[in-house]
Amino acid sequence: MKELLILGAGTAGTIMANTLRRRLPADTWRVRVVDEAAEHFYQPGFLFLPFGLYSERDVVRPKRRFLPRGVEFVQAAVDRIEPDRNRVRLADGTELPYDVLIVATGTRPVPEQVEGMADGDWRRRVHEFYTFEGARALREALGSWRGGRLVVHVSEMPIKCPVAPLEFAFLADWWLTEKGLRDKTELVYATPLPGAFTKPIASQVLSGLLERKRIRVVPDFAVGRVDNDRHALVSWDEREVPYDLLVTVPPNLGADLIERSDLGDEMNYVPTDRHTLQARGHENIFVIGDATDVPTSKAGSVAHFEAEVLTENVLAHLRGEPLPARFDGHANCFIESGFGKGFLLDFNYQLEPVPGRFPFPRIGPLALLGESRLNHWGKLAFKWIYWHWLLRGRPIPFVDHQMSLAGKQIPAGALKAEAVG
Amino acid sequence: MPQKVIAGQTVEVDAEGYLTRPEQWNRAVGEAQAQELGLTLTDAHWKVIEFLQRDFRERGSVPGMRRLNKVGGFATRDLYALFPDGPIKKAALIAGLPKPASCV
Repeated sequence: MKELLILGAGTAGTIMANTLRRRLPADTWRVRVVDEAAEHFYQPGFLFLPFGLYSERDVVRPKRRFLPRGVEFVQAAVDRIEPDRNRVRLADGTELPYDVLIVATGTRPVPEQVEGMADGDWRRRVHEFYTFEGARALREALGSWRGGRLVVHVSEMPIKCPVAPLEFAFLADWWLTEKGLRDKTELVYATPLPGAFTKPIASQVLSGLLERKRIRVVPDFAVGRVDNDRHALVSWDEREVPYDLLVTVPPNLGADLIERSDLGDEMNYVPTDRHTLQARGHENIFVIGDATDVPTSKAGSVAHFEAEVLTENVLAHLRGEPLPARFDGHANCFIESGFGKGFLLDFNYQLEPVPGRFPFPRIGPLALLGESRLNHWGKLAFKWIYWHWLLRGRPIPFVDHQMSLAGKQIPAGALKAEAVG
Repeated sequence: MPQKVIAGQTVEVDAEGYLTRPEQWNRAVGEAQAQELGLTLTDAHWKVIEFLQRDFRERGSVPGMRRLNKVGGFATRDLYALFPDGPIKKAALIAGLPKPASCV
């Protein structure tokens, strides 16, 4: 038997197990997936959990349910990858050999990376919503909120789902208004970026929205420490942002096992060819989703688009052919903006988010970089699509892995020549 | 592309003063750029600048803070002491490198 081994049964790993199991002959290929956790989380739902819009039932399912028959699930912690020996060593010492390895080990928040962040105020006044426990604890904290200074904060870039902290701020504005607490709450958005978002055109639109919602932006804020006694964020240049409730996005790092395997960069992301998704320097190792260092958003939509490319490339690799498929950096992100409305961003390596219609030119029905009710409904509908369609590795109708330029209003100079590498 | 005379030499810069042609950089240009930022360069500054230039040659991008910490061996606190407010932006400007690209 030949061995296809997948590390990580999150969004990316689960999709790859589904697509490759369908394409690889069952009598010659074993497909194994290793993950420490038994539960699969619908991570976009973590944004809604603190506001009571979703409950636990909306966001958790057993991982095994999304792996097809013929895929072996190994629930275990991984010690390291040994690329020279084509094998993976588990924490209990078991060795799993592979012919092809797919690394889908993701990224995670690491509050300990900021001095004081994981100390006394942690899960009391200092919260995050990128984990199941974190989102639930924040729901409790909001439940007892009576007003004061609520600070939404990004520690550093890159982070998973870079629009989520903005969405949290918009939803907090809406939720506080509904509860009659908005006038008793000062909302602050502290970010290491010079503006609201990483990309200039979208940043301008979203900064305007923050202003209209009376959310004060503290830009260029590089956090040095959290002062638990005075309940304040302190930047490296000694500016302070006091909080009564801090909703932070801690620094994100790739999996520790990547560091132990000596396969990562300084953030434990695996250097990866941005078009083929092959690990640099390792022909039979491929990387997908948040685990890569490719210069696009760390987001589920990216993992989904990458999976279509990677499936073709893995099969070509097995036939000994050059890798044919090219990932273009396509990301597609809904942004909840509160009061039943939302934005939609669609972008790739070459083009930042611009205004337009999606997926059909002129018709839409969704609006790009514009606020609409339908975008909000699109985001809500996505939960069903995720559980029933996307995880099974099925393409989403009318939305190709290659970003379409049709329907986009592209300002002069916005479309970049493809960068090398 | 706007031009600018720095240390008696005409160089091409972008709207924010970053050199657009790295080959036009030399130490005198770097020192003059530092002076405009109100900085007098010491050996400690030069170590950072040279690391940025070396890393940029090897990887094609200006390294981020974590890379400066882990690969360069510079502590964030020290970098803020050397280049107040925005260490990487300032050091890149002095080093004749592009403005650090914002992340995704």
